[in-house]
Amino acid sequence: MVAIDGDKDLESQIAEWRSYVRRRSAVHEVDGEELEDHLRSMVGELTAAGLRPDEAFLVAVKRMGSLDELSREFAREHSDRLWKQLVLAGSPDAGTPATASSRSDLLVMALCTAAAVAAVKIPVAFGYGFDDEGTFYARNLSLLVLPPLAAYFAWRRRVRPGVVAVLALLFALGAVGANAYPLGDDAQSTVLTALHLPLALWLVVGVAYVAGDWRSSRRRMDFVRFTGEWSVYYVLIALGGGVLTGVTVGTFQAIGIDASNFVESWLVPCGAAGAVVVAAWLVEAKQSVIENMAPVLTRVFTPLFTAVLLAFLVAVLWTRTAIDVERDVLILFDLLLVVVLGLLLYAISARDPVAPPTIFDRLQLALVVSALAIDVLVLLEIAGRIAEWGSTPNKVAALGLNVILLANLAWSAWLFAQLIRHRAPFTPLERWQTGYLAVYAAWAWAVVLVLPPLFDFA
Amino acid sequence: MVLLGVGGVSKMRVTKDLVAASATPMVLGILAKGESYGYAILKQVSELSGGELEWTDGLLYPLLHRLERLGYVESTWHTAPSGRRRKYYRITEQGRAELASQRQQWTTVVDALKGIWHTTGSLRPVIAGRLEG
Repeated sequence: MVAIDGDKDLESQIAEWRSYVRRRSAVHEVDGEELEDHLRSMVGELTAAGLRPDEAFLVAVKRMGSLDELSREFAREHSDRLWKQLVLAGSPDAGTPATASSRSDLLVMALCTAAAVAAVKIPVAFGYGFDDEGTFYARNLSLLVLPPLAAYFAWRRRVRPGVVAVLALLFALGAVGANAYPLGDDAQSTVLTALHLPLALWLVVGVAYVAGDWRSSRRRMDFVRFTGEWSVYYVLIALGGGVLTGVTVGTFQAIGIDASNFVESWLVPCGAAGAVVVAAWLVEAKQSVIENMAPVLTRVFTPLFTAVLLAFLVAVLWTRTAIDVERDVLILFDLLLVVVLGLLLYAISARDPVAPPTIFDRLQLALVVSALAIDVLVLLEIAGRIAEWGSTPNKVAALGLNVILLANLAWSAWLFAQLIRHRAPFTPLERWQTGYLAVYAAWAWAVVLVLPPLFDFA
Repeated sequence: MVLLGVGGVSKMRVTKDLVAASATPMVLGILAKGESYGYAILKQVSELSGGELEWTDGLLYPLLHRLERLGYVESTWHTAPSGRRRKYYRITEQGRAELASQRQQWTTVVDALKGIWHTTGSLRPVIAGRLEG
């Protein structure tokens, strides 16, 4: 019995040692296996020479050298490992089960990408060009590229058939909203649909992302995080695509071939559509590998935006100049609120829920309050003019968005103040933001579906 | 190039720098006789030096990986009958060339030192005494 206990003890000791090794980023899993093999050989020899297993283990570990020194030497030899690499196909530990699943993941990703690319190009065969019939693509672009993305997540998350039906229904509803109404090409409602349908459908993708578990606040926050990372990756891919485009046009020009037609009708649209799925796949593949970028950007830009907004407020109050209320000013300030909300959201997404309030939380509060103050000034200026201008779909949409964002930020400011004064924990703030996603969805669908008939399809 | 440190072994007789310098030719020389794995290589080093030359065990592996990166050795995983996997190393042609070159260098150094020991042979005990004291 003693021997069995000793063996069991040894196994748990080796497992513990291995877990210490695993924590060193410079020492990979296979290296850990190699070192463990060494350790076991040594223990085996020492026990054969008469040592008890635990004694043999201690000696073997001692001879192995300190883990710090070991990981330093590994890092010196494999300095690349300190830069965490995103492995595209197969993990470095060849032969582990992860390889098979990541390979099929790659395949499904490729299929969905192909579907998105095809979806963008197929309407061309039916006479819808990118230039002449512009509004077809403006209205339907999100309907073409987002279903493949939703399909990718539906596959990846093994989504229930019921949820798949809901997804299909919502995309069908979007198709109806974008195409059933008799909207003129230059109607305001067409532009509004083109702007709001992508948001509505993006949140539908969210339903697929959370595998239908859209009531869960934590899962919704995951989708918010995903959205931020996806945007970062998409922009990076777009930058690379820009270089590729430039090189393509430039090099072919040098031999007298005009590639601009190919670039305009193939390279750019197919690349942009395919990148939607590829960026999502990259985020999925790397989420545990690389630090999230969106919160890092938030950290950098929150102080800067706060400074600018405060300076703007001081300037307004100092010079006593009324804000020049042009027709587009609401859009501008909507954008400002969206940016502030984005900063807030990504700071929240990266915050440790149980951490005590920090100086950064105060900074966030300052940012939100100054944005609110500016927005209230704008709304006061604009209130009198709205009756004068008469209401159009554009104004209703811009004003509605402004009110929605204002309400969100006002309550966020209140919750932040509570948090900083230690009156409330952080969780309500997170729940407030994730709960508000439903409001965005409702508003986006309302603009797409309700606003056009309300204004006689103007 | 301090790849092999002193570690916690107190019995060490050969200085750290010398261990580090001799590690590569020693590993390559052992592998030149046939495929082997980390633990067996270390055992052989210990046997060949009569226990005088002991390395911090773990640090052999970064060295092996370095030799692999330089193309001097190749590695393959074999599964032992017990079910455990073990990584075996095999010397390459490039590794043999490197071993030949290192061997030449060491021969030069050892020959030169032998010449010096021969001419200053009578002083040896004094130096040894000083070093030990």
